[in-house]
Amino acid sequence: MVVISDILVQGAQMLLVLLLAPLLTGFVRKIKARLVRRQGASVFQPYRDLLRLLRKEVVLAENASWLFRVTPYVTFAAIWVAAALVPTFATGLLFNWTADLIAIVALLGSARFFLALAGMDVGTSFGGIGSSREVMIAALAEPAMLLIVFCMALVAGSTQLSTVANFMALSNVGLRVSLGMAVIALIMVALAENARIPVDNPATHLELTMVHEAMVLEYSGRHLAMIEFGAYLKLLLYISLIACVFLPWKIAVFGTGPLSYAIGAGAYLVKLAAAGFFLALFETATAKMRVFRIPQFLGAALMLGLLGTLLLFVSRSF
Amino acid sequence: MNSAVVISAVALQMSCVAGLLAIAVLAIVLSRSNSSTAVVYSATLALCVVGLFGSIRWLVGDTANATELTLPFGLPWLGAHFRIDALASFFLVVVNLGGAAASLFGLGYGHHDPAPHRVLLFFPAFLAGMNLVVLADDAFSYLLCWEFMSLASWALVMAHHREAGTAKAGYVYLVMASFGTLALLLAFGLLAGPAGDYGFAAIRAAQHTPYVAALVLILMLLGAGSKAGLVPLHVWLPLAHPAAPSHVSALMSGVMTKVAIYGFIRVVFDLLGPPTWSASVIVLFLGGITAVMGILYAMMEKDLKRLLAYSTIENVGIIFVSLGLALAFQANGLKLAAALAFTGALFHVLNHSFFKSLLFFGAGAVLMSTGERDMDKLGGLIHRMPFSSFAILVGCVAISALPPFNGFVSEWLIFQAMLQSPQLPQWALKIMVPAVGALLALAAALAAACFVKAFGITFLGRPRSPAAETAHEVDRYSLSAMFILAALCLLAGILPGLVIDALSPITMEILGSRMPMQANVPWLSIVPIAESESSYNGLLVMVFITVSASLAVYFIHRFASHALRRGPAWGCGFSDPTPAAQYSGGSFAQPIRRVFGTLVFRAHDHVEMPAPGDIRPARLRIELHDLVWEGLYAPIANAVGLSADLLNRLQFLTIRRYLSLVFGTLVTLLLVLAIWS
Repeated sequence: MVVISDILVQGAQMLLVLLLAPLLTGFVRKIKARLVRRQGASVFQPYRDLLRLLRKEVVLAENASWLFRVTPYVTFAAIWVAAALVPTFATGLLFNWTADLIAIVALLGSARFFLALAGMDVGTSFGGIGSSREVMIAALAEPAMLLIVFCMALVAGSTQLSTVANFMALSNVGLRVSLGMAVIALIMVALAENARIPVDNPATHLELTMVHEAMVLEYSGRHLAMIEFGAYLKLLLYISLIACVFLPWKIAVFGTGPLSYAIGAGAYLVKLAAAGFFLALFETATAKMRVFRIPQFLGAALMLGLLGTLLLFVSRSF
Repeated sequence: MNSAVVISAVALQMSCVAGLLAIAVLAIVLSRSNSSTAVVYSATLALCVVGLFGSIRWLVGDTANATELTLPFGLPWLGAHFRIDALASFFLVVVNLGGAAASLFGLGYGHHDPAPHRVLLFFPAFLAGMNLVVLADDAFSYLLCWEFMSLASWALVMAHHREAGTAKAGYVYLVMASFGTLALLLAFGLLAGPAGDYGFAAIRAAQHTPYVAALVLILMLLGAGSKAGLVPLHVWLPLAHPAAPSHVSALMSGVMTKVAIYGFIRVVFDLLGPPTWSASVIVLFLGGITAVMGILYAMMEKDLKRLLAYSTIENVGIIFVSLGLALAFQANGLKLAAALAFTGALFHVLNHSFFKSLLFFGAGAVLMSTGERDMDKLGGLIHRMPFSSFAILVGCVAISALPPFNGFVSEWLIFQAMLQSPQLPQWALKIMVPAVGALLALAAALAAACFVKAFGITFLGRPRSPAAETAHEVDRYSLSAMFILAALCLLAGILPGLVIDALSPITMEILGSRMPMQANVPWLSIVPIAESESSYNGLLVMVFITVSASLAVYFIHRFASHALRRGPAWGCGFSDPTPAAQYSGGSFAQPIRRVFGTLVFRAHDHVEMPAPGDIRPARLRIELHDLVWEGLYAPIANAVGLSADLLNRLQFLTIRRYLSLVFGTLVTLLLVLAIWS
């Protein structure tokens, strides 16, 4: 019985992230449009985009290999699994102990690895430029991410997200300088990983500084739908991650019954909306950087992570 | 009954070694025969498989007591001691597994060798040498076998001696190998002390003063480190490993570096007694630098085999970081954390021997079918070599430390060990470990970038040369060697608990502690400390990815459009006229070169743009400096050359001057003796 309810909750989360991810992206786009006084497309537009792409035929380059056709599914699956492992509205989910935060980050790395390869498969310059820049950004973001994990694990004594969220929700952690630094660093890494402004522009693929969109330029039809869906999921994942570690407000602790799950789900929706709003606000207010400014941006994230960790060594109360 | 089994274990390994040496002799006899390749490689394959099963049985079976064998040669008052314990048996597994895979690959690859008799003699001898180094139990046999191994591998490096660059590679290797042996010789001399008892048992029992311990550590870092490829002693490695035939490169990179690491572990962890924490600082520092430098060099490389050799340096760095962590924890009595770090190091040793052998076989397969090692002349091989490219893709994912493959598990264990570092009392270590952790994460991310480049440029895109256009799939022996290793990469990745449990006798023997038993954890997860702290389940990750990918495929094929049309590449409407316009290795590395290379390599891009109206092509020239070579080795080489020139004058003296020189020397020596006493 317990196992069945566990599976139900886990399945609910997997479906929830799948259903909410396009809505979140649609919401961010809507807010961005409203902020610049445009009407903007409906918040449900990403769903329509996905359906439209699914109905279209795939135009495949003549020399595309099997890797090119497999990659959208592998990428989508890896990101979906990673998103299912991050606690969203409840902790202690059935499969939470399958992978800790380091493994979740590495799963996203697997997705990126295949996407970067697919970018090089057709042999056009656009794919190459996108892939090479994507791996550069990853190379800069991963050390910063590890230091954030370090900092977090020092406070909570674990890299297991469920444990961390429980710790942050239940014990009196309070405001800490080191956690503040970690959250800023994590937001910077999340912006870079999700190809958002100021690192990359998700709305265009015709700029010389493009990264992600150039890499997937050759994709069309259902393949493109999977990749877009993967990108929506990744944004949701990072927001869930930040929310569950640094803002575990009202998150349902394992085994507390359906009511707290419902409250947790409601709180999760509120957090997503708030994060989406601030993301849109930030993206509207900032300009995109030149691509070789990115090392400085992510270097700052790295330094913040390192400072946060070292402050914890100086005193556990920072 | 037990003792009968135990004695046969070391005797079994020694008879395998004797068999390998006999094959080497046989290879001389057969050298002109056509069947020699098949005979030699099948015989080494059989012997390595026997050795492999013998050592596995020893490792997972009864390992309570080590077994010895003394042979009546070597130093007259000592004899030659050989011994199997848990540590040796693990490295025997690595050696013999690599040897078996290389022999299987050689069965196919060897037929393409222009001069097989140059390889066939030394290949079994090299395998025998590596086995003997691991088995040796006194300093004299150890050094003798070490030199035997070095010389056999040197002869293999020189197998294609007419190719450009091989002569230089052989020369640099010989110099560095002699230097390494010198350092080892001094280290063992210090360990044996004035009494000169060279048996490992006596060295282990003796007390070593802190000065001796520190000196021995530094000498081992020089001696074993130069063989393993620690920066800045790595310069010979990217020259020598690629120069050898590919299955030998696989052995040198995948196995011989591990034998060097075995030497380091044997002396520093086993013979030297309890470590001090300051030793770990230098090991951690060197390991971190080696990891990042190795992979940055690899990123800049366009020769496939050299790229792999540089990536070996990176992996050796990772292993040394982990060993440094184990030293730090052990010195502070944090037994569980030390066992975790040490297990991570051994696991990575095993993993690296799997995927690096696989990737060198892949490079060999590419070389076999196209005759090219330069990535910028390859491309599109995934269409013409579908099976090889699949196996190599597995190797690339595994070496990039991505789940669910094995490379990720060992790096994950190392990161978990790092997370235990706040328990360390020393401030230097507290601050250093997170910084080294960031270096390791950087190295892992750069490794992923590097292998996207290696696979993407070589196997994807359009063919850049006629050779790449007419490539064909390789033979079944080579393919089966690659697929066996690829399967091992996956198995070790999804069943890491089994490997960790198999490694526990070694940590018990060396550190006196072990990681918690993983076989009892439900669902085959691995839990280094406690489930609430961290756990990872490779099998479930793999199952989840497979299930969700299949679900996605099912829904897409059930509900979405099936239409598919082939057309020319879109490329934003710009159709590239020639395959040369694709991204090349150099252009793929450009962003990383620009971010890291300006500091590390003093990289500079020169653009020569002709004036309007001039019909010369525009050119881009990339300037890279190997600062280690220019800053350290070139000055030494110059100094040696200069002093040789100066001393050369002594060759042309008259007899009177020679006599007075001899007289003067004699007087000086007598004076020194008189003053000293």
